[in-house]
Amino acid sequence: MAKLEQQFKDIMRWVDDRLPVTETYEKHMSKYYAPKNFNLWYIFGVLSFVVLVNQLLTGIWLTMSYTPTGDGAFKSIEYIMRDVEYGWLLRYMHSTGASAFFVVVYLHMFRGLMYGSYQKPRELIWVFGMLIYLALMAEGFFGYLLPWGNMSYWGAQVIVSLAGAIPVVGDSLAVWVRGDFNMSGITLNRFFALHVVAVPIVLLVLVVLHILALHEVGSNNPDGVDIKKHLDEDGKPLDGIPFHPYYTIGHDVPAIIMFLIVFSAVMFFFPDGGGYLLEHPNFEPADPLKTPNLIAPVWYYTPYYSMLRAATFPLFGMTAKFWGLVVMAGAIAILFVVPWLDKSPVKSMRYKGLPSKMFLTVFVICFFILGYLGTVHPTPMRTIIAQICTAIYFAYFLLMPWYTSVEKTKPVPDRVT
Amino acid sequence: MSDEGINEPRRNFLIGATAVIGSAGVVGVAIPFVGSWNPSAKALAAGAPIKVDISRMEPGDILGPIPAWRDKPVFVVKRTDEMLASLSSKTSRLADPDSLADQQPEYARNESRSIRPDVLVLIGICTHLGCSPKFKPEIAPQEFDPEWVGGFYCPCHGSKFDMSGRVYSGVPAPTNLEVPPYYYEDDSVLVIGEDKGVA
Repeated sequence: MAKLEQQFKDIMRWVDDRLPVTETYEKHMSKYYAPKNFNLWYIFGVLSFVVLVNQLLTGIWLTMSYTPTGDGAFKSIEYIMRDVEYGWLLRYMHSTGASAFFVVVYLHMFRGLMYGSYQKPRELIWVFGMLIYLALMAEGFFGYLLPWGNMSYWGAQVIVSLAGAIPVVGDSLAVWVRGDFNMSGITLNRFFALHVVAVPIVLLVLVVLHILALHEVGSNNPDGVDIKKHLDEDGKPLDGIPFHPYYTIGHDVPAIIMFLIVFSAVMFFFPDGGGYLLEHPNFEPADPLKTPNLIAPVWYYTPYYSMLRAATFPLFGMTAKFWGLVVMAGAIAILFVVPWLDKSPVKSMRYKGLPSKMFLTVFVICFFILGYLGTVHPTPMRTIIAQICTAIYFAYFLLMPWYTSVEKTKPVPDRVT
Repeated sequence: MSDEGINEPRRNFLIGATAVIGSAGVVGVAIPFVGSWNPSAKALAAGAPIKVDISRMEPGDILGPIPAWRDKPVFVVKRTDEMLASLSSKTSRLADPDSLADQQPEYARNESRSIRPDVLVLIGICTHLGCSPKFKPEIAPQEFDPEWVGGFYCPCHGSKFDMSGRVYSGVPAPTNLEVPPYYYEDDSVLVIGEDKGVA
């Protein structure tokens, strides 16, 4: 036994002299000290990684049976669902995974907003995170066209024609993106390339950068206390515990199991999620002459879609359509600068004042309302509600420098509680 | 390596020159990648002008939506005198009654938005978010409009257009329906997709 151990050590030394395997493992796993007071909100990063692996694996398997052409796409999805062994399961894993990805990412982002995880020195982690979110939205958008159902077609048609709202170059830009004068098999083919090759590569690079930046400065925690201020004689944080095995086994594995139970329940029993995860018009093939009565994007885009529609009046000589595009793009762009909008001396919501708590609460409520409104027909009343919620969405960010600097904060403890 | 004997100006010149040549190279390499996204020759051929025979159309008839030019549904309507009369009846309800926005070729910038007043050619795509509007020729109260004088109605978000595709004010669509370029080859044949005189 001792001999075997010795042999293993020798092999590892040989490798380590040539590639820093042990060093990397220690830096990122066994000697990465995470604050000991993580709560349930700290599982969504790991869960998004689990979903990412699911999407990559099932995605690769789906490409093996999918045909990215205007004539073949819809048929090949039927083929996957009916004739390919376990094709239905792989597809549902992928489609449910797409929604699950956004669920965990939204919760992960909310955690960041709540505990000030974007504050100095974690600005870059936040920015990389937002780039991941953006790449994810692009990935979802390109992927949604691939089944070539009628909602795929018209949803993409609406979003691509948004480019037409850009002054001067808009229309030629839309033609350039589509590669045709209207949505066609040519568009489908290039969206396929972007969905399965280009965006995933970008996504993986961003995930690596996100984690490298995190491990450089260390994790934040629900108290927003810097655990590196109190080190033991070996220079290890007194309030930190090694990520592996304490968080991996003790925290993440049970969470992943719970997550997979919920995920499986949705995937096996409600794969179309009542029309929210897989929309009903998408069970018909794409038809350029037949618009669905209600064009609604999948639920994870609906808050932004509501904001797009909330712009109903022309302003400064530009059309309402153009302002819709500006509002939608602005709503996403403003997320990137949050680290510089928050002027609070404390990180965590636990020690921030009432204004911060109220703004975050109202912001989340508005995000949900906008999300709901994006799934239904607009009426004059709903449009007004959407406009109010859009205003609150922006107020949460634009007023942040003000309310975080004037409010009275509570004293932050020296060590984690 | 020692820092002695470094010719700073020469080094800076070399860095600058490399950067300039390199950038030019990047731009050059980008051209095929960007260009490859433009419509291919096949897509362009499929988007070629089409000919439509209108000799058998009676007043009040509509051709379309026919998958016509560039895969876009095109409406061809032979309007009755009553329909033409409706064009000047309620112009105060229109957002752009004089077709000031560039949604038509110059020869269609008139009240009937057409070359021959009775024949209307439109692209049947709502200028709001791209749905296909329905042809509602009846001059009668409608669910969506008690004072309806005939025109096009988009069921997606309730945009309304009159008998020459001019948009009503207070609806989501920002502009009039688009009139494609077209001309008459002879009395009964329409060529949709290019202006007269263009090869």
